Amino acid sequence: MQDLMLILPPLIVFLGATALLLVDLKIADDRKETVAWIAMFLLVGALIAAVMLLYFNRTGDVLYGFSNMILTDRYAALLDIVFALIGIGVFLLTLRYNRVHQIMRGEFFVLTLFSIGGMMLMAHAANLVTIFVALEMFSIPLYVLCGVARPRLDSEESSLKYFLLGAFASGFLVYGIALMYGATGTLDIATMLKQVERGQAPLLLVIGAGLMLVGLGFKVAAVPFHMWTPDVYDGAPTTVTAFMTTATKAAGFAALVRVFLLGPGAFVGSLVSAIAILAALTMIFGNLFALAQRSVKRMLAYSSIAHAGYLLAGIASVANIGQSANAVIFYLATYAATSLAAFGVLSEIGSMNRDEDHGLERYTGLAKRNPALAWVMALALFSLMGMPLTAGFTGKYLLFQSAVSSGLNWLALLGVITSVISAFYYLRVIVHMFMKEDATVAANNEQYYVSKPSLVMMTLASVAVVALGLLPTLLLNMFA
Amino acid sequence: MSTLVVLPILFPLIGVVINAFLGKRLGEKVVGALATLMCSAAFVVALMLFSQVSVSKEHAIHAEFGTWIGVGKLNVPFGFLVDSLSSALMLIITGVGALIHLYSIGYIHGDPRANRYFVYLNLFVASMLVLVMGSNYLLMFVGWELVGLCSYLLIGFWFDKVKNAEAARKAFVVNRIGDVGFILGIMLIFVTFGTLNYHDIFAVVGDHKTAALALAGDPVAPAVLSAITLLLFIGAMGKSAQLPLFVWLPDAMAGPTPASALIHAATMVTAGIYMIVRSNALFHVAADTSNFVALIGALTAFIAGSIALRQFDIKKVLAYSTVSQLGFMIAAAGLGAYTASIFHLMTHAFFKALLFLAAGSVIHGMEHYSHAHHSAQHIDPQDMRNMGGLRGKMPVTFWAFIIGGLSLAGLPPFSGFWSKDEIIVAALHNPLVFALLACTAVFTAFYTGRQLVMVFFGSARSKDASHAEESGMAMKLPLIVLSVLALIGGGLNLPGSMWLEHWLEPVVGVHEGGFNLPIAALFSALALVALAAAWVMYRDGKRDTSLTPQLSSVSSFLNKAWQIDALYRAAIIMPFYALSSFLARVFDLGGIDGAVNGIGTLTKGIAAALRPLQSGFVRSYGLVMIVGVVALMAWLVINTR
Repeated sequence: MQDLMLILPPLIVFLGATALLLVDLKIADDRKETVAWIAMFLLVGALIAAVMLLYFNRTGDVLYGFSNMILTDRYAALLDIVFALIGIGVFLLTLRYNRVHQIMRGEFFVLTLFSIGGMMLMAHAANLVTIFVALEMFSIPLYVLCGVARPRLDSEESSLKYFLLGAFASGFLVYGIALMYGATGTLDIATMLKQVERGQAPLLLVIGAGLMLVGLGFKVAAVPFHMWTPDVYDGAPTTVTAFMTTATKAAGFAALVRVFLLGPGAFVGSLVSAIAILAALTMIFGNLFALAQRSVKRMLAYSSIAHAGYLLAGIASVANIGQSANAVIFYLATYAATSLAAFGVLSEIGSMNRDEDHGLERYTGLAKRNPALAWVMALALFSLMGMPLTAGFTGKYLLFQSAVSSGLNWLALLGVITSVISAFYYLRVIVHMFMKEDATVAANNEQYYVSKPSLVMMTLASVAVVALGLLPTLLLNMFA
Repeated sequence: MSTLVVLPILFPLIGVVINAFLGKRLGEKVVGALATLMCSAAFVVALMLFSQVSVSKEHAIHAEFGTWIGVGKLNVPFGFLVDSLSSALMLIITGVGALIHLYSIGYIHGDPRANRYFVYLNLFVASMLVLVMGSNYLLMFVGWELVGLCSYLLIGFWFDKVKNAEAARKAFVVNRIGDVGFILGIMLIFVTFGTLNYHDIFAVVGDHKTAALALAGDPVAPAVLSAITLLLFIGAMGKSAQLPLFVWLPDAMAGPTPASALIHAATMVTAGIYMIVRSNALFHVAADTSNFVALIGALTAFIAGSIALRQFDIKKVLAYSTVSQLGFMIAAAGLGAYTASIFHLMTHAFFKALLFLAAGSVIHGMEHYSHAHHSAQHIDPQDMRNMGGLRGKMPVTFWAFIIGGLSLAGLPPFSGFWSKDEIIVAALHNPLVFALLACTAVFTAFYTGRQLVMVFFGSARSKDASHAEESGMAMKLPLIVLSVLALIGGGLNLPGSMWLEHWLEPVVGVHEGGFNLPIAALFSALALVALAAAWVMYRDGKRDTSLTPQLSSVSSFLNKAWQIDALYRAAIIMPFYALSSFLARVFDLGGIDGAVNGIGTLTKGIAAALRPLQSGFVRSYGLVMIVGVVALMAWLVINTR
């Protein structure tokens, strides 16, 4: 019974999603919003369960369950909360977007719920097999979700690409796990950690961990395993993209934190330096590619690669692993809030125009058409840029500070420089929104309106961005 | 007491909130009055704090309002420190700020975005106060970035012109390049000292316990200090427009003139000087960085001064002059003459704000004719070649400009003379810096004289100039007040009393501020000669005033600002964009414009084209992954012991 309590949040999501699959059959096509509301209701339940996990385990002990296959600690509970909130945020967006784009289907919500459940399980993983199972659990629904906008071709293309390359990456992951098992005779992360701490890190283990890094690097879109990202993020429906940039990234990093920062990886120098190099490549390429984009959606896809680079810098900062882990999880939360705000705007624009064209021209003069949308977008972009008093600054500062504390001065330097480069392309959008006039607006004076649920979501996300920038201690205290 | 500390920041913020949300309903007049009132209220509180500091025993007031970031060892409070240094700067920021707010009421009148303008201006004052009042480096950085944001917004205020939006972006990005250094310096400070609070850091450095720090017994501690100070200085290079990052400031003149006066002359650009003086304990120990700082300052002063010789835009002259004067202050800080640096900062705030406001008044007057007559023929109201003979038409502006100009030229008894003299005396033991600054002083007097003659003397060279009219009271009053300040500002640190030196002693320690009569006499004479030369050369109104000047190669080189912008464009920006679009083209075929045209392409019967393209993609994506995997494995095999 205690075992079940430990994974109460994912349990609620899984059981609820299964039930919802049946309930969905009874709901008419034009009333699928009900399914969305039920799904949100389930996520609120999971949220409450996660808060309870946090509350009843105030000392922050690591509690194991299911024969040490899963665990629950602060990070797991906090990530559960993050996933639940992301899910609720995305569902609020779907109410308008999915209806307009004719993908208001019951399975959309059920699949997303299954994916969220898998992500939560990932946060609770104590064993490499759990990591693999959780990874597949959240990935397979995502493959389908990317293509949910059929018969739109780029959506189907997005789905197929993601599936093919994802299967490819999973192969590396499994093989890596097998090698790690061969080297240590165990799949338990904590046991493995003890062996490595005693100085037993045979090459086989290192190679295995390296292959795992490939598999997880694929999920978080680290260069050079990122090739799928722009096509998939660009082609998938905006609500799915919003979910993927935030939740998939968080899930991937949850595993990276467990294996590489708090696990055996942190004690192998060559692995740590390899991660640092990947981080550097990811920052450089993510930002350089983003610079050349003319589509806001595709720019945000590359920007999400860049942010994976900053996060990887945190994974490579092993001098004070506790602090680095805090920084990574904190950054995931800030990035989720920021990214949701930005994609909220994108989905509203997509709904207004009834298409998926996010060329810069679509954002010209947005401040005139709908000031609220423009301000939310500006706030999100400033946060992505790392302006002080927004969440993005605090998050980046903590990440780069832990890199400097770990002697990775060059990586921090690179991070700050690439952040400056990022100002170019984020500012470009702001300039278009506020400082240019759209000739067509003047002509027909068409105003954009924002649907209520989306407005609620964007307001909450914006408040979170400001709150995490002004008073990050609110969240940081939960780590301590 | 501690609540009082937060009031100067709070007042302008109240202005921001009210004007941002109710501005439209209140109307332009109320908005302007409210903004000015809030800034004045901040000034009054700053005065109160100033007097409290002067009577308090440790010459400082500390106030903390909870924790901002607290995780592990890192504990950054919302802490404010009002000591002799910050209280002096607070007076400048709020005092000059209030005058410029008042002036703006007249200047911005009739602009459809006037409300927004006052919101930005108030926000700027609040941010600048955060910068100087924060008690730790991270809070300084917050103010640092926020003033950068306000500057961006104000430079691009008239964004209808493409040029302005570009200037704004340039300023923002160049500043952020400097910020790279600053934030890394901050991180290195934390790693070295385990704290970011000024008080704790300087206490340790002051006690020469550096070696016994977190780097326990590490012999490289001096090198670390050099690195920290160098990184901080890179930040100062950006914000205070020093070589090689000064290119943004001249372009920043695209903004409304009062904003240029406040942000790009009197206050924000001096943030770098404040930062160095605030960190004087660190810079004092890092001698090699200090020498570098002095040299960069002097070089900047020289180059910018020489550029100002050949500018025709009335604001551009002042802009390069600002860069040049900032070079003086930076050089002084590098020479260890911190008081002289702050002294010049303060007098410069008076006379340069005065000059900008007077220039704004000139431009306003020049625009009068074409506004009144809707003249189709559009001439540049900022080009000095179109001016001339404004002396009689705008008497108040004329006298204000004269006082500001002579102060800038360094003529006794105007305020600029005293502060510049102190810096030159401090440079006596560094021949190179001295020579550069001495040349610059002559340049300064010459281009000031040239400007005065071209604008106010001779005969009007355009209809706009002959029909120019004096500005209204809201604009004249700040000019008069600032004229008085520019006239008597030297009294702050007159030889003999040395009030500022004693006032700043708790922060910067004792330094021998000197008055050297031969030097003072020599430079007064040089300034007079340069002014006279300018008078002789430009008096007849012929030289340089025809609209198509035959510029010699040297003067064209100076006019084009040593071609530095072109150099950066060719050496950095173009390759950078080329690389980025090359990468995008090679690795991301669907990327650049494909997405924009995506819909169009799709409808072009892409179904047939897509299949081969797509399979090609996946295969090549897989290939990149494989290459990555192989490289990673090789790395691990080679590097694992």
